[in-house]
Amino acid sequence: MLETLTQGFSAAREKLAGVRVLSEENIDGALRDVRMSLLEADVDLAVVRDFLGRVKERALGEKVQTRVSDASGRTVKATPGQHFIAICEQELAQLMGPVDASLARKRGAVSIMLVGLQGVGKTTVAAKLARHLQRQQRKPLLVAADVYRPAAVLQLQRLGESIEVPVQAGAEGDAPAAICAAAAERARREGFDAIVYDTAGRLAIDDALMTELDEINAAVEPANTLLVCDALMGRDAVNVAQAFAERLTLDGVVMTKLDGDARGGAALAVKAVTGVPIKFLGTGETVDRLEPFRPEGLASRILGMGDVVGLVQDFEAVVDEREAEQAEQDAERMLEGKLSLDDFLSQLKLIRRMGPLKEIFAKLPGMGGFADQVEGDELTKVESMVHSMTRQERGDPDLIDKSRAARIARGSGRKQKEVRDLVGRFLQMREMMGQLGSGGMLGKIPGMGRLAGAGGPELDPAALLGGGGGGGGARQGKRSTQQRRKKRKAARKARKKGRR
Amino acid sequence: MLQRPMIDWLHPLATWIQAHPHLFLLVCAALPLVLVAAVELRRRPAAERQAEPAELPRTAPAPVPERRDAAPTVTVPEAPAPRAPVAEPPRAPRLRERLARTQEALVGRLERVLGGRELDAEVLDELEALLFSADLGVPTAESLLERVRKQPVGSDAASVRATLRDAVAEKLRAVEQPQPALAGPPHVILVLGVNGSGKTTTIGKLAARHAGEGRRVVLGAGDTFRAAAIEQLQAWGERVGCEVVAGQEGGDPASVAFDTLRAAVARGADVAIIDTAGRLQTKKPLMEELGKIARVIAREVEGAPHETLLVLDANTGQNAISQARLFTEVTSVSGLALTKLDGTAKGGVLVGLADAFGIPVRYVGVGEGVDDLRDFAADEFVDALFREDA
Repeated sequence: MLETLTQGFSAAREKLAGVRVLSEENIDGALRDVRMSLLEADVDLAVVRDFLGRVKERALGEKVQTRVSDASGRTVKATPGQHFIAICEQELAQLMGPVDASLARKRGAVSIMLVGLQGVGKTTVAAKLARHLQRQQRKPLLVAADVYRPAAVLQLQRLGESIEVPVQAGAEGDAPAAICAAAAERARREGFDAIVYDTAGRLAIDDALMTELDEINAAVEPANTLLVCDALMGRDAVNVAQAFAERLTLDGVVMTKLDGDARGGAALAVKAVTGVPIKFLGTGETVDRLEPFRPEGLASRILGMGDVVGLVQDFEAVVDEREAEQAEQDAERMLEGKLSLDDFLSQLKLIRRMGPLKEIFAKLPGMGGFADQVEGDELTKVESMVHSMTRQERGDPDLIDKSRAARIARGSGRKQKEVRDLVGRFLQMREMMGQLGSGGMLGKIPGMGRLAGAGGPELDPAALLGGGGGGGGARQGKRSTQQRRKKRKAARKARKKGRR
Repeated sequence: MLQRPMIDWLHPLATWIQAHPHLFLLVCAALPLVLVAAVELRRRPAAERQAEPAELPRTAPAPVPERRDAAPTVTVPEAPAPRAPVAEPPRAPRLRERLARTQEALVGRLERVLGGRELDAEVLDELEALLFSADLGVPTAESLLERVRKQPVGSDAASVRATLRDAVAEKLRAVEQPQPALAGPPHVILVLGVNGSGKTTTIGKLAARHAGEGRRVVLGAGDTFRAAAIEQLQAWGERVGCEVVAGQEGGDPASVAFDTLRAAVARGADVAIIDTAGRLQTKKPLMEELGKIARVIAREVEGAPHETLLVLDANTGQNAISQARLFTEVTSVSGLALTKLDGTAKGGVLVGLADAFGIPVRYVGVGEGVDDLRDFAADEFVDALFREDA
């Protein structure tokens, strides 16, 4: 599914490649691809139609700007294809916006009632919100008003314990509305200035349970009623949201389970159809995983460009603080051109822990095709060869001559040529990295400035990374001439930039 | 989440790298670098608010369980369900009405689209829209449309409906394979699914069904992660009147599975049902944990698990496809249970799933009561979807 989406938008982009002016004829095909992508992302059909109508109108109506300045004020070229995608993204964000993660107060207290279907994650969200409020220096009280699901009360109590927030529960047989009223009373008495009501999960069509919600609503008059919505949901999400919105005044939506590969297209439709803003996103199973909603993030996710986010999360999931620091240090060394094969090995190991290489590449925008060319055991081969090197050789691969290569090949059960290829490629790579570090394109990546120093020339990876680079195994003498040549090239480029 | 510029930057780079596949090692080595920066970026706003403790991955690979010192608790109810541990939810409308609602979404609108008109391009267009909005998924909707397109222009509504009905029925009949004959004893059932899909509830209903047929059932509380999940299963055990084997919250689920099977064998139980923690299918370590549980089960009882049941929420959209694919990769999913089939436009995803994977569909959950777990019947499902008088 992931690929389908990305492909949809890449296909759209490709269809518009080489197109100079966006016209009715040439965008129709692109629009169709986008439509498929959105439908696959569970976006409601009515919303899709409306959305495409607006994109079309804008694409045809606007003069395509071929030079636009991006966030950091640089001027970059934009093709009509890119322009088209940009319109899509803006319109998507428009559909989901405006951003408003604020919570209303009544008489100085933030009160929140959570409603939603069964199994969408209300209880977990209740605890997460309590944690969120706690961080804002509030004193929250949790209320367990789900008296139906076995152990639901206990679940909230456990979660409450873990964040040191008291949980108000009723005695057996208490009506949910009574439990909530008692909790509101306790909050006033004991000075809690935030209160979160966790209600029973329900089927929107169930009148008895909807009535129960009405009663709670009447009893405590919460300042916020939030609908908890599951990102895995299909098109019925819209009907559900509508059913809730008809009975209650909804102030916002919390979207959960966004830590998987769900696109959340259904939730997009919820905003579009009911007009209720999305306030928070649940992105993990622990109580800290609640993020204020940012439409741009979700837009690029739905467009299939946000897979990088998933990748980053995978990365976060497999590394701890110490390893992250280590990786950062490795990165710095890499940029200084001092990377050793040992560092390289540890980088590779980190990557492998994130899952099969193929899948990692599939998550990088535009790298799907590349993933197919990667052999599954390539990394294993590399590792075995590096393991067969001495410590000295790993620190300084230049040492590896023919006889050393022969020994390594024997030790790892590979061919000599493979060892030479590896060493050649590694040296080539190290050199490129070094060039990147010394005023390369690292400045382009937000957050990399610190690593790379300030600024950078116009993005041109091909030039920066050096020419095509043959199939590795470069001999030493040849390599150093190449090196000099590249250095000269880089220097020329830097001068050129200075003039500009 | 990431900023746009990051993605902008990645695209041309990706394109370039694709043209030079031999450089993939470079990509591998550079990836951590990029990711470190990205993590940094994500953490920054949080760090400004206050220093946050690093979040540990949820389950570190559990050490080999020490069987002896982690004595499992076994809850044995004194008498079959002396009292319901929690209030029964208010009685919801019955099955027929609910199925009626499910079909309203698809066929109610089918009538509106076709309603006496003859088949032409415009109708086809609307039909397409209709199929898409029933969670059938693009490939399945396309294949259904293909059938309709083959019909002569000018075909009437009834024949179009019949064509669609037959096509859907054909797809679903292929996966209509109710509960297999009991193996064992014990007949071991492993239950999986994403968070909140209804695993524990399905287990409760399934246990009730087996117990009702006079079988001895043992439940294993393998969800050791979520707060109070063990107690939730124990509440069901009490309600149904069967034993629940549980370990510690935060314990190793594979060892709970092991203990459950030992207990089941020792007590001569006919059926052992093992719960697992909900997990999103993209979480690698958690999916691997499932593989481990399955292996432990296979080692303990020959031929087990005899049934690996994937529980799927009927509300799920196209993500169900991804769920089926990834869960099947780590365990041999042998059956599906579709839960929460009580709202509107639900269950359409089943057709897409049948098309893509052909995993047998065993049960449908149609409500909150103990007896609301039914055998999946394709024709009934299709009849409900395409009833003439809708």
